[in-house]
Amino acid sequence: MSSNVSIMTSSTTPSTEHAPSATMAAIARRQHLQDMVFHRLTQFFSLLVLVALAGIIGSLFLNAWPTFAKFGAHFLWYVEWDIVKEEFGAAIAIVGTVISAGLAMLIAVPLAFGIALFLTETCPVWLRRPLGVAIELLAAVPSIIYGMFGLFVFAPVFADYLQVPLQSVLGGLPLVGWLFGGAVNGLGIMAAGIILAFMVLPFIAAVMRDVFEITPPILRESAYGLGCTTWEVVRKVVLPYTQKGVIGGIMLGMGRALGETMAVTFVIGNANRLPTSLFSPGTSIASVLANEFGEAEGLHFNTLFALGFLLFVITFVVLALAKWMIIRAERSKGA
Amino acid sequence: MATNSEQLYGKRRRANQIGLVLSMAAMALGLAALLWILVVLFGNGLAALDWAIFTNDTPAPGSEGGGLRNAMVGSLMIVGLAVLVSTPVGILAGIYLTEFGDTSKTAEFTRFITDIMLSAPSIVLGLFVYAIAVATVGNFSGYAGSMALSLIAIPVVMRTTENMMRLVPGSLREAAFALGAPRWKVTTMVTLRAARSGVITGLLLAVARISGETAPLLFTALNNQFYSTDLGRPMANLPVVIFQFAMSPYENWIRLAWAGALIITLAVLVLNILARVFFRDKGKA
Repeated sequence: MSSNVSIMTSSTTPSTEHAPSATMAAIARRQHLQDMVFHRLTQFFSLLVLVALAGIIGSLFLNAWPTFAKFGAHFLWYVEWDIVKEEFGAAIAIVGTVISAGLAMLIAVPLAFGIALFLTETCPVWLRRPLGVAIELLAAVPSIIYGMFGLFVFAPVFADYLQVPLQSVLGGLPLVGWLFGGAVNGLGIMAAGIILAFMVLPFIAAVMRDVFEITPPILRESAYGLGCTTWEVVRKVVLPYTQKGVIGGIMLGMGRALGETMAVTFVIGNANRLPTSLFSPGTSIASVLANEFGEAEGLHFNTLFALGFLLFVITFVVLALAKWMIIRAERSKGA
Repeated sequence: MATNSEQLYGKRRRANQIGLVLSMAAMALGLAALLWILVVLFGNGLAALDWAIFTNDTPAPGSEGGGLRNAMVGSLMIVGLAVLVSTPVGILAGIYLTEFGDTSKTAEFTRFITDIMLSAPSIVLGLFVYAIAVATVGNFSGYAGSMALSLIAIPVVMRTTENMMRLVPGSLREAAFALGAPRWKVTTMVTLRAARSGVITGLLLAVARISGETAPLLFTALNNQFYSTDLGRPMANLPVVIFQFAMSPYENWIRLAWAGALIITLAVLVLNILARVFFRDKGKA
C-alpha cells in the first residue's frame, strides 16, 4: 500500500521538474530489490526439499557404510540375521516387505477398480460425494489404528473364519498346499497383506476415480451409442484410455505399502526367518527398524541404517515411476 | 443367426451385471472396513475413556489406573511446533513453485521430488532425523520429533499451496500489477489471499496427517513416563504411547491404548472433515 500512496503523492505535488521521475526510479529500484529478496527467499525454501533429499540419502548411506563395506552386494541376498554373531543379510526383510506389499496390491487393485467404477459410472450423483469422502476417510485413519485393529480384532477373526477353513480345504492340495500350511494364529504375512490392502485402497481408488473422470465424455458416449454395456465401456474404452494413470495410481499405492511401518509391525508376526507359507510369520524392513532400532549397537545399528537406505531407494524408485506415469497420463490428456 | 446374436447379447448383459455387482461389492467392502474400524474403536475407546485419562499421567509397569495427560500434552507440543515450522516454509516454497518457478527445470524437479517425499516411508525420515538431531546431540528430544514431523508436513503444505494458488485467475494478478504493486505484494496480498481457504485446508490436512504418525517419533521424541514440557528432552506422545501400551501384557495399558487411539482418530477425522467443509463453503463464496 505504502508504495502506491507515495506514487500518488509524488505525482500530485509538483515540487520540482525532475523530482517525480527521480522518486519513481527510487521506488522502482526499491521494489525491484524487494522482489529479488522475495524471489530468492521462496526459492531458498523450495530448494530445502532437495537439500533434505540429499541429506536423507547421504546420512543413511554414511551410517550404513560399515555394513555395506563388510558384506558388499552379498548383503542383498544373504539369508541371515544373527545379532550375537553380527551376521546380517537383508534378504529376509526384503522378501517379507515385497511379499506383504505384493499381496496387498493383489487385493487392493481389483477393489480400487471396483470402487472407482462404481463412483464414476453407477453411483447416483448425489451419493458420489459422500461415498467418495468416506473412502478418503479410510486413508485418514492413522496407520497405528490399523495396526491395533489388525492385532486385536482382525487377527482372531481371520484365524477362525479364513485360515482354518482355507487350510482344511486347500492345505492338502499338491503344488499349492504348502502356501496354506503353518500355524493359524491370525498373524503373519497374509494378515499384513490384507491390512495393508485396506490402508492403500483409498489412495489407488482416488487416482483411478480422478483419471476415469477426465476421460472425454464424447469417447464414453460414442461407446454407449454403439450399444456397449457399462462394463464394456469401462473395460474396453475408459481403462485403455486411462492406462498410464491407473498404473501410476497402483504404483503409488505400492510405494505406500512398501514403506508402511505401524500397521505391518502389529500383525506380521515379527519373525526373522524366511516365510514358509502365506500364513507364516515374517518381517518387513520397516518393522525390523521399528522393533530393533531402540536396542541396536555397533554393526547391528549400521545394518539397520543399511535396511533403511534400501527401503528408501526401493520406494523412491517405485514412487518416481508412479509419478512419471501419472504425469504422462495427464500430458496425453492435454494433447 | 437370431438365436446366436441373442445368446451373445445375453452373455454381454450377464457380464455387465456381474461386473457392476462386483463393483458395488467392492464399494460395500470399503465402507464396511471403515465402519468396522470405527465401531471397534468407539466400542473399546469409549469404554476406556474417563476423566482420569485427562488428569493422570501414564502409569508405571504393573501399577493400576493412570491416564494419558503427559502424552496428550507432548503430542500437542510436538505437533504444534512442527506446524509452526512447516507453515511458513511450506507456503513460501509453494509460492516459489507457482509464482516464480513455473517453467524452470529446477522447479519442475523440485515439484517431482516433493511429490515423492509426500509418500516416502515415514520411518526412514525418523532414521534421518535420528542421525542428524539425536546422535549428534546425544539424547532424544521433542525438538527432533517436531523436526521429523515437519519433514512430512512441509511437502503437504507446499503442494496444496501451489495447487490452490494456481487456481487464482491470472487476471487478478494482472490487475494488481497494473496498479503498480510489486511482485511480492501481489503474491502475498492478492494471490495468497484469494487462495486462503485452500491453503488453510492444506494446513488442516497436514496437521491431520502428522498427528497420527508414529514411526518417525519412535527414534526421535521417544517416550517419557513423566509429565514434561521440555522439548529438549525425550517427550511422551500419544502415538508412541499407544504403540508401546498396545504391545504390552498389562490390561490397563491396553485399555489406555484404546482410549488414546479413539482420541487420535477423532482428532484426525474431525480435522479432515473440517478441512473439507471449510474449503467447500469458502470455495462457493
